[in-house]
Amino acid sequence: MSHDLAAQLIALTTGLLLLTAVQQLWLRSVLGSVALLVVQGAALAGLVATIAVAEQEWEALAMAVVILALKAGFLPWALARTATLTRVHDGLDPGARPASGLLLAVLLTTVAYVVSQPLIGPNPTDAARAVPVGIALVLLGFLILLTRHIAVSQLVGFLVLDNGIAATGFLVSGGLPLTTEIGVLFDVLLVVLILRVLTVRMVRLTGGTSLPELRELRD
Amino acid sequence: MSSLIWIALGVPAVGAAVAGALRRAAWTRFVPLAAAATLLGCGAALVAATRAGGALVTGGGLLRVDTLSAWFLTSVGAVALVAVWGGTPTRAQRRVIGGQGWFWALMSAFLAAMTLALVADNLGLVWVAIEATTIATAFLVGYGTERQSLEAAWKYVVLGSVGVAVAFLGIVVIYAASVAGGQPTLSWLALADPATALDPAMLKMGAGLAVLGFATKAGLAPLHSWLPDAHSQAPAPVSGLMSGVLLSVALYAILRVQVIADRVLGPDLLRGLLLTGGLLSLAVTAFLVLTQRDFKRLLAYSSIEHLGLLALAAAAGGELALAALLLHVLGHGLVKASMFVVAGRILHAEATHEIGEVAGLLRRRPDLGIPFLAGGAALLGFPPFVTFFTEVAILLALWQRGLGWAAAAALALLLLVFAGIARHLLAMTVGPADAVAHPVLPGHAGALEGSADVPARVRDVPIVLALGVAAVLAFAAPPLAGVLTDAVAALAGGR
Repeated sequence: MSHDLAAQLIALTTGLLLLTAVQQLWLRSVLGSVALLVVQGAALAGLVATIAVAEQEWEALAMAVVILALKAGFLPWALARTATLTRVHDGLDPGARPASGLLLAVLLTTVAYVVSQPLIGPNPTDAARAVPVGIALVLLGFLILLTRHIAVSQLVGFLVLDNGIAATGFLVSGGLPLTTEIGVLFDVLLVVLILRVLTVRMVRLTGGTSLPELRELRD
Repeated sequence: MSSLIWIALGVPAVGAAVAGALRRAAWTRFVPLAAAATLLGCGAALVAATRAGGALVTGGGLLRVDTLSAWFLTSVGAVALVAVWGGTPTRAQRRVIGGQGWFWALMSAFLAAMTLALVADNLGLVWVAIEATTIATAFLVGYGTERQSLEAAWKYVVLGSVGVAVAFLGIVVIYAASVAGGQPTLSWLALADPATALDPAMLKMGAGLAVLGFATKAGLAPLHSWLPDAHSQAPAPVSGLMSGVLLSVALYAILRVQVIADRVLGPDLLRGLLLTGGLLSLAVTAFLVLTQRDFKRLLAYSSIEHLGLLALAAAAGGELALAALLLHVLGHGLVKASMFVVAGRILHAEATHEIGEVAGLLRRRPDLGIPFLAGGAALLGFPPFVTFFTEVAILLALWQRGLGWAAAAALALLLLVFAGIARHLLAMTVGPADAVAHPVLPGHAGALEGSADVPARVRDVPIVLALGVAAVLAFAAPPLAGVLTDAVAALAGGR
């Protein structure tokens, strides 16, 4: 792969990552933000594949395939099914605030560029230059997780955060050793499945999946 | 000798698989007990082996046990034995809950995950293991069928996973720091080796994030909000294990990251973080125990306090503070597991979580009142319990480091905590005995707790043993001194 092509592909995939995360913050539709996870997962897989080919690390190419299957396939499918099963009232999350969300997204992305300076270094590669996108995804994921009311939307936030960490890992160091990466993916998969089971139980107990209604434990 | 590591890992893991597969069999409840006993035996044997012949390495370098990890492993085994044995359910409770194989399978998986976190010499693997503890305990926390259990489980999984995700980001950045230094590695040993070059700017960010993430799992303030919910809603043996050792396992990860960071960046960065977390934890406990109404939450807050103390010990560093830290991990773990087990029995007997609805236990139910009061005294740091000596040692170590202000602040906050907890404990045990017994609701989280259908003496053995050991441990410190010194040396990359 030529150097220019790799640089363009990295720019394209990281751009898609950031764009989808900002859109998720802006969208009120729960299923819409789950659908965006498919694009985000595919962009992450594309980014990993680009880095793998550019640096000729074939292990990472296998990782890209696993990421595509899990993050653009299985996990969004599982979340969409949960959202449908639990019949989120009108399909909108009351915690979403499009205007202030976008404003905060701009702010957090700027913060991400400032705090990731130590990771970029004095002579950055094309990949290292895109590190702030990974950090921005982590911060935006946090924001989604903190502000959303519907259980499935919080799960979307968790996955955006995780995508951000994965992107940062591949951008700064070409990814962790394969065994660790697989262990991590497996853990994330189980966490999402556990939260899915809890969501279904929540519907049985409270008749909905609105988290602010679960507020009995406090001091 | 390295086969001991595989036995410690294998017995709980295989036990979990067997208990899960044969979940209808009643004997599956002995699986975690066998796993705990194995961990205690292997831990003690590994302490002896590593002291005699240095660290043991196996699994292609991925697994490594030195005296420090062996000490933590022994503590996990001892505390697990107390929690699981003391928390054995009655026949009637087993009937209410139905097929309990899953419960015991998850308990064993939880023990296996903690073991992996302690024996792995790889930051990534440690992360996977610590996240696995969250996964194994998620349904244990949410075992009850009420809204509160669900709420506790949701908060626990979301906040726990997000916290640990932050730690993972830190680990990714630490790895990048080693890549920038030209020697990519995630091994503790290699990262702590002065010969390994690490990019300081990256390491600063990575270590900070990793400690912040693991501090969430350790329940240090201000990242503690999930802890009182999860530890109060989980069934007694689970609460005992989570409060008694899981928090310390997260602290173990912090200690290892601290060594790496201190080598390159000097001690100031992590000392500042740990001092802040430690003092805030003491302050949060001091103010929230005053108005506490639930006795299991009270115990959960006491865990935040003790982890705060351990964080202060880690911040002080040096042989005295770290030896006190190790002794405190064991002493606090034993006492806290016993207290949660007894709290479970009180919950079963009185059918209430409320402190105000339980009174005069010493006179009405001395079998519950005496251990609850004795354990409470140990948690508050009364002599002769080991917690007294370790708390004094930690404050002294802070003073010697020139952190007299932190020692003074900690002492003042400890006194407030003391007053707050003692007031509730005395009201429950010594106060006038006019409380009325309530019926136990089926399906209630408490239905899994309480007295077992084994003879009373047998189920009291672990409590008496644990409190007895906590009372004499400090006097056993001279013979233990060699072990503790070796464990502290192991942290710096020695044995």
